[in-house]
This record gives sequence, structure tokens and C-alpha cells, in this order.
Amino acid sequence: MSKELKITIDGCEMTAQEGRTILEVARENGVHIPTLCYHPRLRNAGSCRVCVVEVEGARALMPACATPVDRDGMVVNTRNERVLAARRMTVELLLASGNHDCPNCASNGHCELQDLAYELEIEHPRFPIQPPDLPFDNSNPMIVRDLNKCVLCGRCVRGCQEVQVNQVIQFGFRGPHTKIVTGGDTDYADSPCVFCGECVQLCPVGAISEKQRMPYGKAFEEKIVRSVCTYCGTGCVVDFHIINGRIVRVTGNEDAEVNRGSLCVKGRFGYDFIHHPDRLTMPLIREGDSFREASWDEALSLVAERLGRIKEEDGPEALAGFSSARCTNEENYLFMKFMRGTLGTQNVDHCARL
Amino acid sequence: MGRISLEDLNRIREEARRRRELASNGKKAGITVHKGTCGIASGAEEVWRKLFELLKEKEEPEDAYRIMSTGCVGFCGMEPIITVDLPGGEPVRYRRVDPAKLGQILEKHVLGGEVQEDLVLDEETDPYFKGQKFVVLRNRGRIDPESIDDYIACDGYQGLYKALTRMEPEEIVEEILKSGIRGRGGAGFPTGMKWKFCMKAKGDTKFVLCNADEGDPGAYMDRSVLESDPHSVLEGMVIAAKAIGAGQGYIYCRAEYPIAVATLEKAIAAAREYGLLGDDIFGTGFSFNVDLYVGAGAFVCGEETALMASVEGRRGNPRPRPPFPANEGLWNKPTILNNVETLSNIPNILREGADWYHAIGHEKSRGTKVFALTGAVKNVGLVEVPMGTSLRDIVFNIGGGIPNKRKFKAVQMGGPSGGCLPEDQLDTPTDYEAITKAGAIMGSGGMIVMDDTTCMVDMARFFMEFCQEESCGKCTPCREGTKQILNILERITRGEGKPEDLDTLEELSRIIKDSALCGLGQTAPNPVLSTLRYFRHEYEAHINEKICPAHACVALVKFEVDTDKCTKCGLCYRACPVGAITWEKKQPAKIDKAVCVKCMSCIGACRFDAIS
Repeated sequence: MSKELKITIDGCEMTAQEGRTILEVARENGVHIPTLCYHPRLRNAGSCRVCVVEVEGARALMPACATPVDRDGMVVNTRNERVLAARRMTVELLLASGNHDCPNCASNGHCELQDLAYELEIEHPRFPIQPPDLPFDNSNPMIVRDLNKCVLCGRCVRGCQEVQVNQVIQFGFRGPHTKIVTGGDTDYADSPCVFCGECVQLCPVGAISEKQRMPYGKAFEEKIVRSVCTYCGTGCVVDFHIINGRIVRVTGNEDAEVNRGSLCVKGRFGYDFIHHPDRLTMPLIREGDSFREASWDEALSLVAERLGRIKEEDGPEALAGFSSARCTNEENYLFMKFMRGTLGTQNVDHCARL
Repeated sequence: MGRISLEDLNRIREEARRRRELASNGKKAGITVHKGTCGIASGAEEVWRKLFELLKEKEEPEDAYRIMSTGCVGFCGMEPIITVDLPGGEPVRYRRVDPAKLGQILEKHVLGGEVQEDLVLDEETDPYFKGQKFVVLRNRGRIDPESIDDYIACDGYQGLYKALTRMEPEEIVEEILKSGIRGRGGAGFPTGMKWKFCMKAKGDTKFVLCNADEGDPGAYMDRSVLESDPHSVLEGMVIAAKAIGAGQGYIYCRAEYPIAVATLEKAIAAAREYGLLGDDIFGTGFSFNVDLYVGAGAFVCGEETALMASVEGRRGNPRPRPPFPANEGLWNKPTILNNVETLSNIPNILREGADWYHAIGHEKSRGTKVFALTGAVKNVGLVEVPMGTSLRDIVFNIGGGIPNKRKFKAVQMGGPSGGCLPEDQLDTPTDYEAITKAGAIMGSGGMIVMDDTTCMVDMARFFMEFCQEESCGKCTPCREGTKQILNILERITRGEGKPEDLDTLEELSRIIKDSALCGLGQTAPNPVLSTLRYFRHEYEAHINEKICPAHACVALVKFEVDTDKCTKCGLCYRACPVGAITWEKKQPAKIDKAVCVKCMSCIGACRFDAIS
């Protein structure tokens, strides 16, 4: 059990568990400290320096995300002039570091850099803006990457290394030439990437995004509907981002115990079938050599009548049921209950045992 | 040979000393060629080869001589240096030896017994050596760095014996604390404190690291120690290991020091063979091993957390502290990291005692410091002085002042993270606090002297270019901020500066210092801040008047001859490689701008500042 320490943040005394970071304690107590490279699922890099705060007794400003509360009586200032000047300069430098052209960016409205510029009231950086000279990676049908919008926060790197343990994304080169690389500095398609899209989900700006989403509106227009992925029985919780009744992208739900924001390639990118013109949207009943569309009531009645007849004529052991891994656990459970309880057969199995 | 005892150590010492004697071993003379990197660069290898050729020519058997090659003597400007030792006499050093002079020395002195006074480098009387005190460099030029016996002959490993057999870890730490030694890598953190934190840290596995990734432009004291006295570093590491309870150490040496790497490899192998590294050292049950890790060319890997990441096989990026390495360092285990010069001091402290060490130095800076004195100074080389010696003493007495009748302008201290101090700061003592207060840092000991031909804006631009290229790129202020500072400085040196640039430079610099992640970023703006503090008028001249007072920024030089200043000497005419200058005896020179390619040769050649 760690010690409880008394610390002061912006003049307010608060209790903190020893070893918790200043950021965590501040957030728990309703003190807002802006961040960029920080993400609750990742190890703290302390690299962007947006969350710097003044810790009395420390020579330089400290990153709130990576500085633990380690002594009683620690005094922290999160928004005095010294801190705000440093934060503003950092964001100003980032805005000048690439092609941060909001009106023309798919992330407009859910961009953490944009939020920071707004919060810190930076209209235009005073430094010359880096011309967009890095290549656009459009090599695959899932992920597009525009490194000219990258702020080098490293969240994609940590997501790929720590969460997915795929080791595909890395920092390459040094100093002003630092950039995010996939594989040995190749494009996504040629790298060993498995397209889980963890990097897409973690990118705070518009540098890595979903390709399918591109023509369907802006982030701020999205309505989010929570659901469960239907690809397998893991039960990953997904958030469908919907514009005008159309799913424009899928993200993993960060709060879900099952997947904590992560998804696989199918769950994240395999949603094009939903709005596909060939998709079955109502039951079909076979008549002779062809199918005819039917209502759910008609179709279910037909199935119930046929199953009932088989059970009556040949006994319940003449029936067998086989369910799908693309159903949820709950659906599979119900199917088992139905076979055993309603139809009275033990002949029930699941495709995941094949 | 297996593990050795104190008796063995003393026996080896006596035997090695006897072997070094000349008369009793029937040697006619001792001839030492000092083959440090600086010596080799000046032609020491040629002298070395010539020595054997000459002996053969003269039909002198090699084994009648004690021929040695050692590391650098310290006076780089006088390389190649050789030492001649005749039985019963004092060793005589010769400077700037080439094959022809070697012939003369061999003929007249070695065979003829007549000292060649015109070639002698007299350490007793040469002002370069006056005021120096050799602790770290005590074995410079005396021992063969590849011979562990030579090191033992000079009391090597005696300090370790004392530490392992007669002292508890707490006593070692206490001794180091009492000596007052502070980290020689730059920050000046008390070494004893660092050891104490690590000694107290919980954990069965601990590490000792030696930072041999010396990367500051113009600093090479660590290279010289590694090349000429590698065992002093190993001995320091084993003592440190005993103090904190470590079983394994690594030396992180930069790959750009191939001779140091080779010397270290041999030294580690020799120490292992004698059981001075490995299991059960001196039969005390204490075990410690050292491995060598060669860097891959990143300056930032001299930063402790980046160095550890690099040893672990990861990208050499720093990480935020805390946790501090003394608690969570290499592979998250308690670790101390000391620089080469610091470790090399340790055996001396243990052997001679903390009081002896503490008696040298000044206020809170004890002991000696080795400086690499370079640039516009007559005597270029390594200078080891008691801390507190004034900069003026070093530059003007030891360094001999500024050559070519030029005027002193500034001394740049502490490498790219350091600062420039002008004439009126020259009485600053070489003491961590005083130098920081003056606006520079002690750093690892680079000391670059600049005369009035150096433009301070251009100098700041040079160091900023270095820092931004060597930034690891992890944190925003360092990666993006240094880039913007460099942009502004480049604009100013091109004559495109704006009056508001100075405020922007100051603000950017202050914030980078305050918010960058590691020491590299936090100190990167120092050259800009210190030149703005002492040489603001030069920035203003570039921005407001569009002139470079030192005539060093090519875009601001008009390539016109001031006929009042021109002494009609014709030096510029001879220097011009494209024939753009017309000159006749007793006539001032004239530059044809249509032909001129702005190579700056004329400016370098003119001694009268007549070309602007």
C-alpha cells in the first residue's frame, strides 16, 4: 500500500498516493492539464512537453504525465505565466513543424493539436511553416499516412510496440530529420504491418487515418454508437462513427474491459459490407430454383414449423445445430439454450471447434 | 596467470620497475614514441617505423634498447613527441620530431650522448607545463597503455587493493565524498553522492557504467586517458562497483575512437587474466566484470538515460527523470554512470587519500580538471590544472596567448552546451559555480579560444547547427526549437535579420532551457544566450548595419579594400586562387568583384583588416 501524501496544485491542497503522476492527481481533482503525447493506455514518454508544470524546487519545468508525486508538501503550479509561455511556445513550434491545415484535414474537429492551439489562443505561429515535403503513404486500402501532419508524439510507435507488440512502427533518423517509419522506412503495404489500426486510433492529429472514411464528412459531424464487433466471439466493444446514417469509421472503445480500444484488421476496417449494395437485408425463402424475399415473420414461422415437424416425426435427436463465431457469446448461449431447452437435443456445436 | 594477491601485485610492480631500468638490463637507452591519436595524426607512426629502419641501418640490435610506444604526452601542438632516456640520466623530450630530426637525435643523442637542445621540449622550463598538476594525466607518456605491468609499476591497482581488502562500501563512499570530487562529464554532481544513492538503492543486481562517449567538439581529454592509461579507468570502475555492490560494468565508448577501443579491449583482457576483473578479485570474494560497448555515432548517447537505452539495444533516446539511474538505471536496475576522467581520479583518491585530493582545488570544486585547450592559442593541447586556476592563466600563460598578433575575443567553454566568455571574464576561476555564473559551463572541459577573426553570431550558428543535428528528435522544444533558432541565426548571418529576432531568440532560448527533456536540450541554447549577453553588439551590427565586424559572414563581406588600412603587402594577391586581385608593389590591392568567388582567402591572408 503506497503512502498518502499531501500536495498543493495551483494553491489547492489535495491528497495523492505516492507514485501517482502529477497529471493523474490533477485530473482526479478536476485540474485540467493539456497533453499531447500522453495516452492512458501507453507508457509515459514525457516527450511533447505540452503538459509541463512548475514543481517548486525543480530547476526546470517538469512533464506532469511523467513526474511522480514523491514527497509530502510538493507544490505544483499548472498555469502560471512561466508554464503557459512554455506550453504556448511548444504548440507554436509544433504548428510550424508541418502542414497543419485544419480546413483541409479529415481530423478537423477531433484533433488534439487543434484543441491545444484553441485552448492556448495561438492563431498563427510566428515561425516559418515547414513545407510539406514528406511522401504521402497511400499504399494500402486501410490506412493513409501523411507525415507532414505528424507531431512526432510517438503514440503510434508505443501502440505498435507496447500494446500490439508488432514492432512495425519506429522512430527513424535523428534531430530535425526524425520521422515515423514503418518496417525499414518503407510504406505500410511493404512493411510487416498487420493493419490492426492501433496507430490510427492513437494518432492525436490527422497524420494517420482511415482511408475508407475520406469522402464522408468531418469528425465533428459524427455521432458515436457503441456496439460489439460481430467478427468473432471475443466480443470487442466498438464505437461506430456515423454521419447521415452511414458508418464512416470504427474505433475500439477505450473503456471496454475486453479490448481496451484495440481491434483487429477485420473489426476496424472490415465494415464496408454494411453499406454494400449486395448485402442481404431481409430473409429469402427458396422456391424451386430461386429465392423470394419474405418478411421476418413469414421466415421464422416457416423455420419453426419445419423444425417442429422433424422433432415430431423423427425425434429431437434428428436435429443438430451449429452456431457461428461471428455471433456474440450471449447469442451463442441463447442458441445452446434453444437447442437443448426448446428442441431437446444435445446436438449443438460451434464453428470455433473446427 | 590466475588470480593475484597483494604479494603478487607488489612482486609484479617490483619486477616491472626492474624491467624498466636501463643499465641493469643492459639497455643502451630508452626511446619512447608517443603514439596517441594526435601524435599519429602528426606523423608519429612514420617516426616509429623510421626508428626501426635507422637502428637496422646502424646495425644496432633492437633489444639493446627499451623501445616503447605510449599515449599522448598532452602537448598536442608539439607532436610528434619522443622521449630519450640514457642510463643514469633524466629523460629528455623532443618536440615536432620528423624522420630527419629522429636521425639527428639518434645519431647525436642516443649514440653520441649529446642532447639536441634546439629540439628539446623542456617540461621544467616550458611555460606550458608551469601551473599544471598531473593527477588524471599522471601516467601520460610514462607507461605502455597495452602493458598492465607498466601500470602496476606506477602503483596501479594499489587503490583497488585498499578498497577491496581494507574498506567497507560505506567507507569507500565516505572517502569519495570527503575528497569533494564532482562529476567531470559536465554537470558537476558530487560523485560521492551519486554513489551513496546507488549504494542505498535496493536490489541484488546493480551496474557501473563508464561514459566514454566524449562528443563535444574540441574536447578529447577522455580519449587521451583511454589511449594512454586505460587501467586507471578500469580500476576506478572496480572501486565504484565495490562501493555500490555491482557485479557488472560497461564502458560505452564512441566508435570514433578506434585506438581507445582497441586499447580498452586489451586492457580488459589483461585485467581479466590477472584476476583484477572477474570472480573473487584479490581473493576477497568480490566479483566484477567489465564489457565494452561501442557507440554508433550519436552525440546524445553521452546523456545518461540515452546511453543506457543504447546499451540495452534500443534507440538512444533520453527519458524523463525521475526515476533516477541510481534507483532505476540500466535494465531498470540501480546504476551509476561516471565519466572517464572522474573514474580515472578514483584510484588516486583511494591510494593517496581524500585529504590529499581535497587539498587541491578551489571552494566547492576540488581536485584537478583536464581541459582541451584549442583554437586561436599558441599552445594547443591537454592542460591539467588545479581547479580554481583562472581562465587567463590557462589561455595566456599555459596557452601562450593568441598567435599571429591577433586579439583575444572569447573563450568557448563546455562544448555545444557551453558558453562564450569575453576578455573581462578571464579572471573567472575554473570552478563549477563561478563558470556557470559567468554564463558558460565547465562541461567536459573543452576550451576553444577565439580571436577577433571569429564572428560570434556565426559561432553561435555553428554550435546550434551541431545541437539541432545531434538532437535525438524526441522532445518538441529541442527538436523544433533548435531548428527555429538555427533558421534565425542563418538569416542574421546572411544579412536578413530583423530587429525583433533578438527578442525571439531570447524567448525561444529561455523556454527551450526550461522545458526540454534532457541535458542536451536544456543546454543547447547556451551559446546563443551567452553571445547575446556579451556580444549583443555583433548581432546588432549584423541586423541593423548589415555588417559582420569580424568579416567572417560571407554574405556580409563586400570584398573591398580599405586603402587607408592596406599596407600594400600583396598577401591577399598571393592568396587569391582565382586571380581576382590586382596588386603591384607599393600599390594598394584591388578586388575585381566580377571575378571574385567569395572564397574568403584574402580575408584570411590580410593581417591588417583592410578587406571588408
